[in-house]
Formats: sequence, C-alpha cells, structure tokens
Amino acid sequence: MSLQSTVAAAEKKMAKPKKETSLFKKLIRNRLAAIGLAVTLFMSIIAVFAPWIATHPPNEMDVVSSLKIPGTDGHLLGTDNYGRDLFSRLVYGARISLIVGVSAVVFGAFFGTFLGLVSGYFGGKLDSIIMRTMDGLFAFPFILLAITLMTVLGQGLVNVIIAIGVANIPGFARIVRGQVLSVKEEEFIEVTRSLGATDGRILFQHVLPNCLAPLIVYGTMSIAGAIISEAALSFLGLGVQPPTASWGSILKDGKDFLVLSPHMATFSGLAILITVLGINLFGDGLRDALDPKMKI
Amino acid sequence: MSDLLLKVEDLEVHFRSSSSIVKAVNGVSFTLNKKETLGIVGESGSGKSVTATALLRLIPNPPGNITGGMMLFEGTDLLSLSDKDMRSVRGNEISMIFQDPMTSLNPVFKVGDQIMESIRAHRKVSKKEAKAAAVDMLKLVGIPEAEKRINMYPHEFSGGMRQRVMVAIALACKPKLLIADEPTTALDVTVQAQILDLMRHLQDTIDTSIIMITHDLGVVWEICDKVIVMYAGNTVESGSVKTIYENPLHPYTWGLLDSQITSEISNEEGLSAIPGSPPDLREEMPGCHFADRCPYAQEICFSAKPEMVEVEEGHSVSCHFQTKNTRLQRKERVYHG
Amino acid sequence: MGTYIIRRTFDLLPTIFVVAVIVFIITRLIPGDPAAVMLGPQASVEDIEALRENLGLNDPLYIQFLQYMGNLATGDFGTSLTYNQPIVNLIMDRFPNTLILAVSALIIAFMVGVPAGIISASKQNSLLDYSVMLVSLIGVSMPIFWLGVMLVLYFSVNLGWFPATGMGTLDDGLIPFIKHLILPSITLATIPMATFARITRSSMLEVISQDYIKTARSKGLNEFWVICKHAFKNALTPLLTVLGMQISMMLGGAVLTETIFSWPGMGRLIVDAIDKRDFVVVQGTVLFIAVIFVVVNLLVDIMYKVVNPRVNYTTSKGGTK
Ligand SMILES: Nc1ncnc2c1ncn2[C@@H]1O[C@H](COP(=O)(O)OP(=O)(O)O)[C@@H](O)[C@H]1O
Ligand code: SF4
Ligand SMILES: [Mg+2]
Repeated sequence: MSLQSTVAAAEKKMAKPKKETSLFKKLIRNRLAAIGLAVTLFMSIIAVFAPWIATHPPNEMDVVSSLKIPGTDGHLLGTDNYGRDLFSRLVYGARISLIVGVSAVVFGAFFGTFLGLVSGYFGGKLDSIIMRTMDGLFAFPFILLAITLMTVLGQGLVNVIIAIGVANIPGFARIVRGQVLSVKEEEFIEVTRSLGATDGRILFQHVLPNCLAPLIVYGTMSIAGAIISEAALSFLGLGVQPPTASWGSILKDGKDFLVLSPHMATFSGLAILITVLGINLFGDGLRDALDPKMKI
Repeated sequence: MSDLLLKVEDLEVHFRSSSSIVKAVNGVSFTLNKKETLGIVGESGSGKSVTATALLRLIPNPPGNITGGMMLFEGTDLLSLSDKDMRSVRGNEISMIFQDPMTSLNPVFKVGDQIMESIRAHRKVSKKEAKAAAVDMLKLVGIPEAEKRINMYPHEFSGGMRQRVMVAIALACKPKLLIADEPTTALDVTVQAQILDLMRHLQDTIDTSIIMITHDLGVVWEICDKVIVMYAGNTVESGSVKTIYENPLHPYTWGLLDSQITSEISNEEGLSAIPGSPPDLREEMPGCHFADRCPYAQEICFSAKPEMVEVEEGHSVSCHFQTKNTRLQRKERVYHG
Repeated sequence: MGTYIIRRTFDLLPTIFVVAVIVFIITRLIPGDPAAVMLGPQASVEDIEALRENLGLNDPLYIQFLQYMGNLATGDFGTSLTYNQPIVNLIMDRFPNTLILAVSALIIAFMVGVPAGIISASKQNSLLDYSVMLVSLIGVSMPIFWLGVMLVLYFSVNLGWFPATGMGTLDDGLIPFIKHLILPSITLATIPMATFARITRSSMLEVISQDYIKTARSKGLNEFWVICKHAFKNALTPLLTVLGMQISMMLGGAVLTETIFSWPGMGRLIVDAIDKRDFVVVQGTVLFIAVIFVVVNLLVDIMYKVVNPRVNYTTSKGGTK
C-alpha cells in the first residue's frame, strides 16, 4: 500500500463516527457549489417571475429612443436597436434559456436513458444497432447537429428544444449503457432474476436507480450546454422566432451595433456566462457529492 | 566506531491536517553499521514506512514534516543537506524498495529505461554504457534473457520479477544503504524466499547495509542482525536479533511473537493475537502507548511514559516493569492443534 | 500495431455508413417539398418540378438512397445550386482555412491548458491552484460567440490592435496573417484550453500519489523531471480520451467563430448556405465534418495505444468512453 493510500485508509478510520450527511448539506458545505446553486436559483426566480420583474413589456418598440445607453429614461440597461428595454428583454430571455435548457435535456435524457437501458441490458444485435447509431450521432459536433436539425425543422421554440434534445440523446445513452453494464454484473441482479422478476421490473426497479447519480450529474451539466446551444442557435438566427427575446438573439443584434451600443452584446453575453457558470459550479459540486469518480 | 554508517536519533515525523496533528513517528532512535542488516517490525500503522520515507526525506509536505531529530549518515546530518545534495544521496547512497511491485514501477516506461535512469541520474555515463550496466543489473538479480527483457514493459513481468527489477533499480548505483519496505509482503511464499535470498546474496556482493521493514518476525530471524520493534510511532524494544529472540522483554514484542506462532499454526496471514487496535496518534498520551492493550498494565502505565532503558549490552526496552528487579513473566499461551 | 490500425480503419466503415444514413434521413425529413423550400416562395411550378427531377426526388426512396450512397462512395457530395459548383470543390476551398484556425486553436489550448493543469496539480490547494481552477471553470462555461464579440470590441474596435474580420493570406506576409489569426484562434481555443487544464490537473493529482512516482523520487530525480516525465506520461491517457471530443466541439465552435470573424472556412460556408437555403451544401459539409471527426478519433485511438503500452492491441475500443 502506498503511503497515501495508507493515509486515506487511516483517515477514514479516524473520521468521526459517520452521520449520514444529506446531499443538501454536502452541497452547502462545498462553498462553490452553494454559490452555483444560488446563481441557478436566482436565474430561475427571474425566469418564473419575469412579468413582475421586467420594467417594460419586452417587445414594446420605441424607435425614437433606440440604442440608449444604460440608465437613460428608466431603462436600467438601456435600449436596443428598436428601442426595446434591454433589461426587460434579458429578464424574459432567462425564460427562454431555462425552458430550452431544461426541456431539451429532459427530452434527451428520456430517449437516451431508454436507449441506453435497452441497449446495455439486452445486449446483442440490438445493442450494436443502437450504439452504432449513437456513435453515428456522436460523430456530428453537438452544435452542428442542432444547426442541421434546425435547418430542417425551421425556427421556433419547440423546434429548438427538439433539435438540442436530439443532439443530447447519444450522450445520455452512452452514460446509461455504461452504468447498466456494470450494474448488470452485480450479484443482486442475478438473485432478483432467479426469484422470477421480469426484465421490465429488473430494469426499472434495480438497474435504473443505480444509474440515477451519474444521470443527475450529467443532466445538470447538459443543461448548461443546452443553454449555450440555444443561445448559439439564436445567435446564428436559427433559434426562437423574433421578436421573442432570447439572450442569443439579443447578442446577435448587439453584434451588429457593437460600435454604437456595446452594452447590448456585453450584457446579453454576461447573462449567458453567469447562468452557465452557476449551473456548472453546481454540477461540479453535485458530482463531487454523488459520484466523485465520474469524469466529465 | 569507524564502522558506523547511520545513526538516527529522536526522529519525529508529524502530519498535520486542518484539525489535528498525527504524530506518526515520535522519537525513534537506532544505529546501523556497515554491512549490517537492521529489521524494523511492528503492526501496520506503527510508523515503519514513515520512518523509512523520512530517511530519504520524501515525506510529502504538506501535510507531513520531519519535526525533530537527527539522521547522521556517514557523519553528515541528512536533514542539513540542500535539496540538491539530498537528491544525490537518493538512489545513489541510499535507495529504497517498496512493498507492492505491481505499482512501484512506472507502467509506461520500459524496465531497462527505468534502471538506466537511476544510473544516469548519478553517474556520468553514455547511454550505451548505462544500457550495458542495466543489462548487468538484470542478470545480477537473476532475470533470464536480460538483453531482451530490458526492452519490455512492467506489465509483461510477474510480481516476483518486478520486485527483482526494483532490486536492480535500487542497487544500480551500489548504494551504501538499502531500505526495503516490506519487500515481500505482496508476494507468494515461494517468491518471498527467493527475493530474500537474492537480497542476502547481493548484500554480500556489493557490501551494502540493509534496513528491512517487515511485520513478519520470521524474516527478521532469517536475515537481520539487529531489530527494533515499533509501536504507535515509538521504539519499544531494540537489540540484537539473538537477544530479542532468546530474551524478548516488552509485552508488545511478546504479542508479536505469539501472533507469529498463531499465524504459523493457523496458516493465516496477519491474524493478530494481540486484541485491540493501536491508539489514535492524534491524541496526547501521557502514559505508555501500549497500555490500552497490554495485559500487564498497571496504574502507572496510564500516567507515566516508560523510558527506553538498556537492560543488557545492546538490548533496550521501554516498559515500566522490565527495567526493575521485579520482571514480568510472560504468560504462557496454550495452543491447540 | 499495423494490423491494429488496419482493423480499426475497417471498424470505421459502419460508423461512416451510419453517419451517411443519418444525413440522408435528415434530408428527407424536410417538411414539404425540399425543392420548393430550396427555390424559395417565388419559384415557379416548372422550376420546382425540374429541380425535383434533377435531385432525383421523384424516384422511390430506396432508389434515392442507393443513388445517394453510390454518389458518396465516389466522393460526389452533390452540386450546389447557389454556388453552381460541386460541393466537394466548395469544401476543398474552405477546409484548409478551417484547418488553419482549428490547428492554431488546438496548439494554443494545449500549450496553455496543459502546463496550467500541471502547475495547478503540483501546487494543489495553493492560491495559484484555485485561480487556475476558477479561470478554467469560467472557460468551460464560456459562450465563445460572446467572447469573440467582446474580443473584437476591445482589441479591434477600441484598441485597434487586430483586424476584426477576415483572413490574411501568406502572400501578404506573416505578420498580417498572424494578426488575423490571433483573435479567432483564441476564441476557438478557450473551451479546449479550460478543459485540458481541468483534465490535466485531475489526472495529474491521481498519478502523483502513485507508488511509481515515489520510486522515481527515491532514485534521486529532480522534481521537474518526476512531474514532467514520470507523472505526465501517465496522465496523458485521460487527456487523449477527451481530445477527440474536444476536436469535435472545435469543429462545431468553428461555425460560430468563423461567423463572428468572417473567416472563410467551412463553418462560414454552412451559415451562408443556411441563409441562402442551400441545404445540399449544409448537408454535404456537415457530412464531411462528421467523417473528419471519425477519422480524427481513429488517430486519437492510435495515439492512445502508443502512450499506453498496457493496452492490448487485440481488443477493440480503447479511447471511446
Ligand atoms: N501522508 C500522510 N498524512 C497523514 N498521516 C500519515 C501520512 N502518512 C502516514 N501517516 C500516518 O502515519 C501512521 C504510520 O504509517 P506507516 O508508517 O505507513 O505505518 P506502517 O508502515 O508501520 O504500516 C499512519 O497510521 C498514518 O496515520
Ligand atoms: S509500560 Fe505497562 S502498559 Fe506499557 S508495556 Fe509495560 S506493562 Fe505494558
Ligand atoms: Mg508500511
């Protein structure tokens, strides 16, 4: 045994009698994770209560007072090229980001988990067909797959969710399949089977719960990725339909008026960065608490 | 004594964590002459590896630190050397073999390169000369087809063969002192004997002193001249192998001897005959560290620390009752079977 | 090793086949008449019918599929109507530019990210370590299209140090060429750089506590050598496993980066084609990128075996997980 592993073992031995620390406590103790959680909750609150927080209707145009700098005439963060209140648009943009982030990941997680479970559990031909397809999907850079799907589906909120959701499927499928393969070897599965449990029962009562920790961690990180992807699609003009406010589309407009009004680009991007950073911090903490060996 | 190679005095190694200090080694002293073999025995966790690691000044810092004592190697205190000078001692004058040969070789380099590296770190030789020396070393440690084997990776060797490679690396620069930290613990019994034979043989060939760390008293009887018994970071008994074999005095040493017999009878490794477990090294202990587990403990054992006292020529022990006229009698143990 | 490479190359064929099928399916998923979509609302019925005939859309689906696969097999990715050129030509025009951008970004990412991770690991829990970790976490969370815009704002608009858009040719001299390259390649390098730093740090931490590192130190090697030779070569494996994924992300990131900086690469080609509703170009280019990715992964797998002698050459699947 190496010195360090002796130490680790010794430290474990010396650790005070272990009280079951709840996940929540662990996360709070991890300061960065707590900050991440706070940021994520903050953004969620903004999204949910957007109509009360926004100072103006997000799509109300006022061409006369367009491209105003932050602070003018009650426009906290200024106005955009149509004279719309930037702060209010960013507040509403949080809705789009979070709706797409969560829905697309739920979409991808649902189908990915299903495929991964089936593939890993039954193995054989089915496994190779499913995993070959996943490998094929994986060959497309994530954002490129989403772009291609958007060119086919056309703009719109639901289509954005579908496109990013589909691009998320192979990642979940792989994670779940790997987990299933390792759980499948465990003795208790054999015992359960010998007691006459059906495949469906084994899958959902025994295998799936064992996949939960990595799924939660991977899912959290994927939400961050989905939010960036939505913004990227909107930035390319492939996202939600204008005039709906999305951080990506605000950034796109901001880029066109970069010299005149840098605040549009600056604030919309900051909103994306802060949200994604918050979720990633939280995800890191979740991983350390739930599944430290996981490498993402 | 011109024969003196190493003199360690009151060595102290502490590890600090955010909330406490682990006193892993707490005043260990011993001397070692040239060509001599010293055994260090004790249960796991008693501070043997830390002592050995401290000799090479490889205690990871943080969290560890050598907080006191002296390590005179050929008259120079190793603790006073600069980092650079210390490096020229490591692998050159003092080298070390570790317990687990499966993990102590770097998996991504050829074994030949790993031997050559040791040579080239300390000798100004060409690559070719180093390679020839590496082949010689492999032959010396009894690896067949050394020329071919030198280009292989560790995973292509068995455990015993890997430990031979480790011996080759350690002895490549003909060090004056070889520290072997449980070099056979991880090996099969037959391979254990081979490795011990090899070490004994090489000791004669290149005139090196050995510190043999083990929890197996059998190994001590077989190859050591002197032995120190460690418990919870302290030396509890030391002396020549002969005196300790014939006249062990410390209750902990008795326990070790008993557990050796037990394990020979039951053929089970590591079965401890000493009930209880070692003390928490983070706590301040006013008395004898062994008191909690000692069948002979009296009140005084919990309140006063026994000193290390020389009871006969070269034989010291730290126990309140073994230094007085009223010596303890070792309890007879009855074994069935 | 030779047979391994050959066998893995054959392993790729099914994946490439699946990739082609996926692209085919996506093409056929276009709601409504693809010909009509392509030509836009002003097109006449005759034009649409002609295009349908031209594209083979009037044939049964399986014929279309065979036709499509046959064309691909001969390297025919179709012809663009808006550019009036075979798509292969368009790609061959643009691909080198994307390659220049991606390779420089990869070099930056590696040269900054890996040493940062190594230093961070060898000074674990120091202020330096925390700073590297914080910066790299911001890096992996970065919307690079925003970073690109901000870089333009500060370094081109405000400071005027670098051109905001376009690509220099080497004919204009090395300096302008590099000046054009700097902002886009930093933009594209950000995420892989941060990822490399994080992965390097965590795998170095794992490796540094191994016994063989203690062996290396006990030989009297200096710490720099122990870390950079003994530890790093072992830490390389996890780095390689993320390399493939990072290259994939960079090919995606190139679309955004090239859009911001008007870099005449494949990403720009895709976005232009989307604007012009030239889906044949989009699909051909995307397919090409996917194939590139598959090939890159093969190379990564081979490198994986090279640094990792323990891996058995006869078992398949090393780096993909
Ligand atoms: N790196 C370290 N950090 C903290 N404590 C350590 C470290 N290394 C060793 N220790 C402490 O030192 C004690 C003695 O360890 P060790 O010398 O490995 O025992 P032995 O080799 O006798 O089995 C251990 O119980 C452990 O508490
Ligand atoms: S001092 Fe007391 S407790 Fe310690 S070994 Fe001797 S008798 Fe036992
Ligand atoms: Mg030990």
